[in-house]
Amino acid sequence: MNTWLIQGGHVIDPANHWDDEADIWIQEGVIKKVGKHLKISTDKVIEAKNKLVVPGLVDMHVHLREPGFEYKETIKTGTQAAVAGGVTSVACMPNTNPPIDDQAIVHFIHHKASEEGFCHVYPIGCISKQRQGQEMAEIGELKKAGVVALSDDGSPVMNSELMRRVMEYAREQDLTIIDHCEDLHLSNEGVIYEGSTSLRLGLRGIPAISETIMVSRNILLAEMTGARFHVAHLSTAGSVELVRQAKRKGLAVTAETAPHYWTLSDQFIKTYNTHFKMKPPLGSEADVAAIRKGIQDGVIDCLATDHAPHASTEKQCEFELAAFGIVGLETLFPLTYTHLVEPQVISLSKAIEMLTINPAKVLGISKGTLSEGAEADVTIFDIKTSQKVDVSQFKSKGRNSPFNGWELRGWPMITMVQGHIRYQHPQFHIKGYQL
Amino acid sequence: MIWKSKDLLSIEELSKNEIETILETAVSFKSVSERTVKKVPTLRGKTVVLFFQEPSTRTRTSFELASKRLSADNLTIQSSASSLTKGETLLDTMKTLESMKIDALVIRHSCSGIPHLLAQSMQASVINAGDGFHEHPTQALLDLLTVRENHPHLDQLTITFVGDILHSRVVRSNIYAFKKMGARIRVCGPPTLLPKDFEKWGVEVFYHLDAALQGTDVIYVLRLQLERQKKNLFPTLREYSQLYGITSDRLLKANSGAIVLHPGPMNRGIEISSGVADGSAARIDDQVSNGVAIRMAVLYLLLGENPERRTP
Repeated sequence: MNTWLIQGGHVIDPANHWDDEADIWIQEGVIKKVGKHLKISTDKVIEAKNKLVVPGLVDMHVHLREPGFEYKETIKTGTQAAVAGGVTSVACMPNTNPPIDDQAIVHFIHHKASEEGFCHVYPIGCISKQRQGQEMAEIGELKKAGVVALSDDGSPVMNSELMRRVMEYAREQDLTIIDHCEDLHLSNEGVIYEGSTSLRLGLRGIPAISETIMVSRNILLAEMTGARFHVAHLSTAGSVELVRQAKRKGLAVTAETAPHYWTLSDQFIKTYNTHFKMKPPLGSEADVAAIRKGIQDGVIDCLATDHAPHASTEKQCEFELAAFGIVGLETLFPLTYTHLVEPQVISLSKAIEMLTINPAKVLGISKGTLSEGAEADVTIFDIKTSQKVDVSQFKSKGRNSPFNGWELRGWPMITMVQGHIRYQHPQFHIKGYQL
Repeated sequence: MIWKSKDLLSIEELSKNEIETILETAVSFKSVSERTVKKVPTLRGKTVVLFFQEPSTRTRTSFELASKRLSADNLTIQSSASSLTKGETLLDTMKTLESMKIDALVIRHSCSGIPHLLAQSMQASVINAGDGFHEHPTQALLDLLTVRENHPHLDQLTITFVGDILHSRVVRSNIYAFKKMGARIRVCGPPTLLPKDFEKWGVEVFYHLDAALQGTDVIYVLRLQLERQKKNLFPTLREYSQLYGITSDRLLKANSGAIVLHPGPMNRGIEISSGVADGSAARIDDQVSNGVAIRMAVLYLLLGENPERRTP
């Protein structure tokens, strides 16, 4: 019988209001019991004293690149990166080729994930056919095939009429609309946010309102249609304010932000280093402060990576031509712990909540808890030992991280998916067991 | 002074001292171009590659002549004739050049930051001949030299740049250059081409030309890229020239004895009238002559057997 006992760790399970030392008993891939000093006879014991034990993280914004861009990442390497970052569930964005605008692609991804994947994979379906923003995709069929939300991701829906209709339609399919909020006319050929940095470097600027104007439109449409709307990778102070107001009104509006928006500002783009190029771009110092405040106040619900792997040739080139995006799965929790929890922006328990149960709720998946009977997705973190980010050790095919060399705390020691250890830190030992 | 840098990427990173060294060196090279035999053996055996990904006549010929007059071997690559069209990455093209043992690369590119990217990965000296909207350092240096020939005390004058400030690498380099020399700087243009954020650079921002010209000693007219009109940055060329064109009448608003510069090529009748371009205030031909001297100075300082550069 496959039985594990994780012993003596500091267990945080926000969904069940657990924040205390405890043991976790896992049997046949399922959480059997969480409690103090469990007397279970098994030889498979993980000693977790002084370690943090939490539900496996849920990253609701990941680009796995397969099908179509396997040279950047595959379902196999992307999910391997996920477990190396303590993430046990990923929602994957539909900007693949072909895009996830039809059931067959959903089945393909599910199949690949079950054959080669290291963690749970939840496809997000397209809003429009071919992500063209013209005609509605077969939303009902996509739902039947198992998509957990709808988004055209990098190709925002510019046509407000289409967005209105999709929101109405998706509401009855019980699917959340996730929008990459960007007014393409305003962002035009811009590569970083407009401001003193874009002026100094002579790079085309994107006005920050290219995001807020679309957040605003989508909130208004969500109010009109009663749909659930989720802001992807929120990056500006203006958007934080709009989401705050929408929540005050009681609308079904949620938001996520990514580690680079609470750790980096446009001040970092000093020497045309393309690892600081992403969309939305890095904001001003004021934007960073507003995002940290939004995280603290609960305006922002979820922390997600927008993990966007690219081949080195797509980054080692002209800044204006370089691909947008950075990898993030393997630095998600260390950047959360070192830059949000340690400086006391949020509590450790709040951070775990934003990385587990909150995104699970937005997606409507039963993940992100250590509830008895739940699938045993568990991550053990060491929050005491500092370690430098080393992109050469990444499991992801992408090496495009601006955080290389950063000294961080909060590294995963063990990542367990359905009761199986899928990642083990080289320095973390389990008596009588080797992965 | 001892010249240390391998590359010339921007004016931003130069000190006042370094700028003065380049200007002094240029002054001493000016006479070479006046001789019957316009050549010195200074850079014999050195190879200078000019890589121009954007069309340019003035800057390219200026660099070509400068390196020829210093006896360097040079060759020019226009991007249409290069392997870029065959899908090769810029870095690979540069690796190829580097393997052929070149000493300097003069690069003009439409993307900001390219000289920085190349300088990091190349042994050869990289000279920025204009990158995107970022900088055009040798242009600013030749402008400084030209203005200084008319106003020896740069810290006592007011220079006003007129036109498309936002998309101008010439302005960016010139703001750094004239600021380091202590001049008072104004910028003037339509609000769509002149973000208010320029104030953070310590320059005065004007949207009305007559006000900007009052008290100005040097009027620097920028070339208007005619295709900007299609992007709704201003209504018509006619209106642009009415509001921002430098004409003989407009010139009267500036200080008496004010001079006019233009980096070329000019759109006569749009940003500058022929009366001004061919008139006594224009120093446009001097800019061109000084350009060769400045580029000789830069090549010499970066590549020459400069005894002062040797460590004792």
